[in-house]
Amino acid sequence: MVDLIKRAKELIETSVVKVLIGYEQGTANKTRALFVEKADDADRLIFDSRCVQNLAAYVTKKEVKEKGKMAIAATLPVMRSIIQLASEFQVNDNNLLVLGITPESKLIEFANLVEVETFVHKYEIEIDARNKEMLDKLEKMTQAERWKFWMDELSPCFKCYACRAACPMCYCSRCTVDFNQPQWIPVPSHELGNLEWHIMRAIHLTGRCIDCDACYNACPLSIPINLLTKKMLADAKEHFGAYQPSLKGDHLMSTYKPDDKENFIQ
Amino acid sequence: MNIDKRLVRKDSLEKLFDILKQNSKTIYAPFSKNGKTSFMDAKSFAGISTGHIQTSESSKDIAFPRAEKILDYSKNKEGMSVKGIDFADIPEVVLWGVRPCDAIGIGELSSIFNWDYKDEIYNNRLSKVTVFGFSCNKSDEYCFCTSVGGNPGNTAGSDILFTRMGEDGDYLAEIITEKGLTVVSLAQNLFEKSETLEREKFLAEVPVRFNHEEIRKKLDKFFESKEWIEESLRCLGCGACAYVCPTCACFDIQDEAHGKKGSRVRCWDSCGFSHFTVHTSGHNPRGVQSARWRQRIMHKFSYMPERLSVYGCTGCGRCSRACPVDMNILEHLISIQEVTV
Amino acid sequence: MAEFEPKIVAFVCNWCTYAGADLTGTSRIKYASNVRIIRFPCTGRIDYMLLLKAFDEGADGIIVSGCHPNDCHYTSGNFHARRRWIMFRSLCDFTGINTERIKFSWVSAAEGAKWAAIVNATVTSIRELGPYTEYKKVAKYPEKEVTHG
Repeated sequence: MVDLIKRAKELIETSVVKVLIGYEQGTANKTRALFVEKADDADRLIFDSRCVQNLAAYVTKKEVKEKGKMAIAATLPVMRSIIQLASEFQVNDNNLLVLGITPESKLIEFANLVEVETFVHKYEIEIDARNKEMLDKLEKMTQAERWKFWMDELSPCFKCYACRAACPMCYCSRCTVDFNQPQWIPVPSHELGNLEWHIMRAIHLTGRCIDCDACYNACPLSIPINLLTKKMLADAKEHFGAYQPSLKGDHLMSTYKPDDKENFIQ
Repeated sequence: MNIDKRLVRKDSLEKLFDILKQNSKTIYAPFSKNGKTSFMDAKSFAGISTGHIQTSESSKDIAFPRAEKILDYSKNKEGMSVKGIDFADIPEVVLWGVRPCDAIGIGELSSIFNWDYKDEIYNNRLSKVTVFGFSCNKSDEYCFCTSVGGNPGNTAGSDILFTRMGEDGDYLAEIITEKGLTVVSLAQNLFEKSETLEREKFLAEVPVRFNHEEIRKKLDKFFESKEWIEESLRCLGCGACAYVCPTCACFDIQDEAHGKKGSRVRCWDSCGFSHFTVHTSGHNPRGVQSARWRQRIMHKFSYMPERLSVYGCTGCGRCSRACPVDMNILEHLISIQEVTV
Repeated sequence: MAEFEPKIVAFVCNWCTYAGADLTGTSRIKYASNVRIIRFPCTGRIDYMLLLKAFDEGADGIIVSGCHPNDCHYTSGNFHARRRWIMFRSLCDFTGINTERIKFSWVSAAEGAKWAAIVNATVTSIRELGPYTEYKKVAKYPEKEVTHG
């Protein structure tokens, strides 16, 4: 990513941005986030197929935001997250510059978020084949089998909230699970606490999740929690049309159509 | 007691398992699923993982469960009635396949639970546990037990330590404690006497990466360092590191009420969470992630040695393996060692 | 053993279904007494977490009911609610929660008879399904400690 390094240096040197968020080589063949604040540090920037962490999770992080205007090396999922965040008034053209990395690994600098949106809309959000298969398998099960599946899968969860932390859409300074008056979700990670936490997480992400799998990748126990949000994505598409994050802010769950169709209300 | 060394043939291990089962022991052993290895209630010997370097989670929840009821309460006309837990209900457990870095962690955890208040529940649970350590014959770049006073064949914390002599070889069993001896007495003939028992050459090599005493001294003057801020910028503030750690002991107390009755539950908590230290007033003394990351390191390498004379880190490397954003504790400790204060 | 009497919690809006249920009473229509009605300002206020809480506390079935589309006292509360129900119901189904135990309906202030019919039908179907033991089992705090595996 010679282009990225060069551009990062220019942006920092000319003080167009105060910090650029990109990837660097981590330990043990991992990659990780790099925050470039000095031009020299830009040399550490890398980009390859291992760089899958959704960096958009950092643009709402207090400590990063406070540094001043940010630039972000954004892959397609990151760009999608940014548009969704912008529609929720978390970022804007004044505090964020997007250096897009296309699926072909080309660098595109966007003048504003409208351009990012136009770019993002060229690509439909598609659930990958492996997970699609898994969804189909689950849908074919009986309700009791699905209950058992989820009880088994969720039982190791110790609620470290890595899924929440890694998700760019989970930026609330106080999450529903942190409330205790009322105590919506039981704090202990027993069966009920885990079930309700994951249902709550999935429903709060419905119509907002851009399907980047950051939650699953972050899970230290590899619990397939991304299936829940994928199911919501697939169902929303079926009922309300394909989801695309949009600056218009017409969010799926905060809008309606008078002729929304269902078949279960008596 | 003196450590007694015996030979356990590789085929005898399953027999030992069955004998323990016949003696109504609950056995927790590592099993692999979804590419992760975790301790589970082992119903049979088949499937117990041996090839893993380290389990994803530590074995601490055998004595310090992620969620445990500590009392039941109910309110009636006469007033409140409270019922504590019955220690007789806690099963006798054999913790099978524990790595030396987990076994030694039990001691560190115990020092926290017995610092001033002696935690009855924890101690009772632990008293029912017999630890079968299995020394390490391989390691990875996250391992650093030797830098914090441990080693791949460390006997501390285990009741019996098994070392496999060669790839497909028999086991050397070191019987370390009275508890271990009690188990051996159930299956005397499986623990054979042998003169030619060697272990060192079968152990993994884990290079010493830093000097923990030096780190401790350095940390005294390191509190205000900018390093914390730089190192923790990518930290997302989840609790993965604390929850997989064999020595992290922070917990939360929750009342789960249903009308006029309920249970009081102790469950894990983590200093990495932003709300961990929020006061009722709204003030948060650790308002930024760097302060929370600093707390994690300081607690393990400065506060615990100072107050409890033990280090709060066993070098198992789990936190670094589990971290979704590559916060590598070893890397940071080495950089602390290198920085001149 | 006495016949199983289902516990049903009904989440209803103030302006239509609650008034409808009132009409059922004033019209002297008899219906099953298994239902506990909780009144909300609008179906738009009925958080899905409340439905899960009802199951936590031992409900065997749930009725959610409000104004017919286009009749919302606040113009669009029920339209918003409908979208949420569509997604929530599908999520429940996907996680294995028995969606037959959650009935959704539109009952206007004039439909006292419909309310009685819905409650009766729900009670009958839940009685057939039996107590919601799967959920009760997880909702009751486990007697033992929770460890992995």
